[in-house]
Amino acid sequence: MAEYRLRTPISEEDVRKLKVGDIVYLDGIIITGRDQVHRRALELAAKGEKDKVPVNLEGMALYHCGPIVKKIDDEWKIFGFGPTTSARMESVEADFIREFKVRLIIGKGGMFEKTTQGMKEYGAAYLAYPGGTSAVATSAVKRVVDVHWLDLGTPEAMWVVEVENFGPTMVAIDSHGNNLYTDVLSKAKKVAEEIKAKF
Amino acid sequence: MPDLKESIKSGIVTMMREAAFNVPRDVREALQRAYEIEDNPVAKANLKAILRNIEVSGKTKLPMCQDTGTPTFFIELGEDFPLKSELRSLIEEAVRTATSEIPLRPNAVDPWTYKNSGDNTGRYVPIIHLELVPGSEMKVIYLAKGGGSENTSKLYMLSPVLGLKGIKRAVIDAMLDAGPKPCPPIVVGVGVGGSADMALKLAKKATFRRLDEPNPDPKLAEIEQELLEKINSLGLGPMGLGGKTYALGVKIEWAHKHPASLPVGINTQCWAFRRSEAVFDSSGNMKLLVPP
Repeated sequence: MAEYRLRTPISEEDVRKLKVGDIVYLDGIIITGRDQVHRRALELAAKGEKDKVPVNLEGMALYHCGPIVKKIDDEWKIFGFGPTTSARMESVEADFIREFKVRLIIGKGGMFEKTTQGMKEYGAAYLAYPGGTSAVATSAVKRVVDVHWLDLGTPEAMWVVEVENFGPTMVAIDSHGNNLYTDVLSKAKKVAEEIKAKF
Repeated sequence: MPDLKESIKSGIVTMMREAAFNVPRDVREALQRAYEIEDNPVAKANLKAILRNIEVSGKTKLPMCQDTGTPTFFIELGEDFPLKSELRSLIEEAVRTATSEIPLRPNAVDPWTYKNSGDNTGRYVPIIHLELVPGSEMKVIYLAKGGGSENTSKLYMLSPVLGLKGIKRAVIDAMLDAGPKPCPPIVVGVGVGGSADMALKLAKKATFRRLDEPNPDPKLAEIEQELLEKINSLGLGPMGLGGKTYALGVKIEWAHKHPASLPVGINTQCWAFRRSEAVFDSSGNMKLLVPP
């Protein structure tokens, strides 16, 4: 188990070094995107209008997060910056990685087979941010750099945020086909069969 | 004497504020113990982050979790409590004030248009469970219920012939299905009997019993302990990434049931189990019981 401190954007070489169980802290820009950002960006990509996506996502960290924000004196402030459940993005995340070449997906609760394969193929990793630890995440925010697609509502908009020492995040899916969530779950299923037989 | 309505309203805002920046002491202590007994490095890192988050939230007054939940109230209203008719609108006003002042994330969305009301109120929201009880006080339990842990709720309408075995198996199945999703370590509420809706309501209510307080019925206390040990032996651990502690406690509530039914409701509370409890006397003076 290694510990890394990485600055975005991230190269494929750096992301390929990460192995499940490693701990990562991030500096630089991270971009939020949950359900509606995925839907809209992929619709644009399907129409051949990728240039209408307002941010260059190559090498970036995409964060599954619907922040709590408030505009104070014309400036956006973040009050909540914890992760949301990544499973909702499972059906589209591999396509998103292929289209936009993001290198890190940050979220909670993990992702499954299709994303794991996509990460292996295109070179990306999934970082698990401890669910619910929003106060710690918020204190790592330096500033809101920009926001796009506010018409989707503040939780669903695309927030461009500068962070410092954002973490701890744990590599739960690496770019070599390993998925810590599915390993833990398949062991648990075996134990459960034994337990249930004895009830 | 302060105005009764104003006292209730500001009392409820206080309850919501307390819950946003804190978890009850029993939950905090259970998380600390889980950290101390853990030897899996990923699990330990998760628990350390959780404990640090509780500390930072309390100090900085940044909400514990960005999902500040669906405002949910369980109210035991004394039959002689002097105010009843405007209770819902008072609570709605308190929720609006708390949402803007704390601030909380607006989480009340129209299921047809997906339009967010923007202030945590809407049709049937805040969710209020009201029970009339003897006396002149009003007891309020406020729960900031996160979406992730509510999504792993389960209802099993079991065949009564399955009995206790069926109930235990249902709990294990629900945990496997929940996996990392409810932000473990979780508190598991199990509601047995009643009806479909009652079993789910009892499951949620069961989680309000303190973690260090066993079921008053020794037989049920034993079942709670057995289920807790079995759940944790699955090895799912904090955040479902492996480790010793997936559940901090299992709590059972029950009701009599129809002979042909065996409803089992399951509700889970994420580690950020944000709840507060208070009693209002007939003059509106509030005594905050949880968090201490």
